[in-house]
Amino acid sequence: MTEKTQAAGSRPEIEVRGLHKSFGDNEVLRGIDLEIGQGEVVCVIGPSGSGKSTLLRCVNLLEEPTKGQVFVGGTELTDPDVDIDAVRRRIGMVFQQFNLFPHLTVTENLSLPQRRVLRRDKATAAKVAAENLERVGLSEKATAYPASLSGGQQQRVAIARALAMGPEVMLFDEPTSALDPELVGDVLAVMRMLANEGMTMMVVTHEMTFAREVADRVVFMDGGVIVEDGTPDQVIGNPQHERTRHFLSRLLDPAMAEVEEETSDQVGKGD
Amino acid sequence: MTGTDVPLQPRRKGLTRRQKRSLSRGVQYVVFVAAVIAFAVAADWDRLANQFAQEDIARQMFPDVITLALKNTVLYTLSGFAVGLVLGMVIALMRLSSVGPYRWLAGVYIEIFRGLPALLIFIFIGVAVPLAFPGTEIPGGTYGKVALALGLVAAAYMAETIRAGIQAVPKGQMEAARSLGFSPARAMISIIIPQAFRIILPPLTNELVLLFKDSSLVLFLGVTLEERELSKFGRDLASQTANSTPILVAGLCYLLVTIPLGFVVRRMETKAQEAVK
Repeated sequence: MTEKTQAAGSRPEIEVRGLHKSFGDNEVLRGIDLEIGQGEVVCVIGPSGSGKSTLLRCVNLLEEPTKGQVFVGGTELTDPDVDIDAVRRRIGMVFQQFNLFPHLTVTENLSLPQRRVLRRDKATAAKVAAENLERVGLSEKATAYPASLSGGQQQRVAIARALAMGPEVMLFDEPTSALDPELVGDVLAVMRMLANEGMTMMVVTHEMTFAREVADRVVFMDGGVIVEDGTPDQVIGNPQHERTRHFLSRLLDPAMAEVEEETSDQVGKGD
Repeated sequence: MTGTDVPLQPRRKGLTRRQKRSLSRGVQYVVFVAAVIAFAVAADWDRLANQFAQEDIARQMFPDVITLALKNTVLYTLSGFAVGLVLGMVIALMRLSSVGPYRWLAGVYIEIFRGLPALLIFIFIGVAVPLAFPGTEIPGGTYGKVALALGLVAAAYMAETIRAGIQAVPKGQMEAARSLGFSPARAMISIIIPQAFRIILPPLTNELVLLFKDSSLVLFLGVTLEERELSKFGRDLASQTANSTPILVAGLCYLLVTIPLGFVVRRMETKAQEAVK
């Protein structure tokens, strides 16, 4: 982990400045500032509706920010003149619902984007596809269709598909939330491998064990703002803010949540 | 003795529910068979056979009814379908466009061409176009005109079908494609449209069946002997021979194509349903 922190370069790989995002009257992000260094793994946690997925989707402009700037690898995505398709080639995205292309085989899922977007020839695309399938341990599924794979396998293929484009940054939007519990481990193992290889990663997740063990930094969001930002030990181990503590206690021990709620209510009344 | 031996409800007098159901079904069968027999007895079979089933007249139609009339019907249908598919795709994409005037234009086109009888379109193509643009010939002669007329009608229906198909592809597919660096157009062509076509293959095939029958409207364009399709061919021969047998034969030729197509559609629908499971 210390190695990685040193590896983090001077220029941040992802930089978000004064980001606001509204859907109609609903302001989901209320001024986000965030920097992620090269090779850094940042987990974004927070209750549902806190804006964490919206923030991630703003980083590759799947959502258009209402106000503020987003930089990836030094390029400003929010610049109206930027070639967004060219920037997105450098950003890998993994979705909660996998979003594999169901009409294509696993290999075609990996090779078609390379050929159409990166203009790689058939042989190169096939070779890169095979390499990345091997990285996620699914070489034997090369000719299968997504529908015949388990959720965990589909998500690993989705990760391989993103990796085949040779991204500098990987974004993960709750990658294990749609999986049966016994399938989560394989996906997390692949993500752990990527982190160890020095990939810059921004991960929206509820997997506290993963965040604790793999992340260099944990960001806690609530109500459209970043409440706490620090090492896993700081944010998860010793949270400074009441909102963070409350969220973590509910997540780690749902049975305790109600007791906690009552107590905090009483404290609130006392003030 | 345990409780399970006791009937849950006391047995009532009269018929059980199952007996009532089979009685009602039996009555329906009897009524149906009686109606068929009544028609069969009442109809004058000799006169019908005389008018519709003259073997020598039917024989005289071959091989032209297949090699000329059916061939032309198929040609007209396929060319109209091709034009309709291309035009329908363009209109569907316009309908889904973020540019207001495109959406509006596509909407107007669909409303007009879906609302008009195909017959009027054929007359319009046959009469109004040569008047409006004197000297211009629609390329391909009659074949071109038919392709255009059928295509214009089909495009309106197909545009709505294609639009529904595109919208049925989950939003995540476009997001995944865009985040891999596909441009919107490329994502549409490589990822969305192939999936949409899988969804709309059954309704598109239905449209093909409808066009196959609408191709009979060609007779309003005025065609040469060589350009006749099934309906015109059957009608001409019927008036020549003063007998309706050619009509029956032409009708059977339509069914020869439409029934297998209908079967194919049902197969595709079943398969699509299984795929969802």
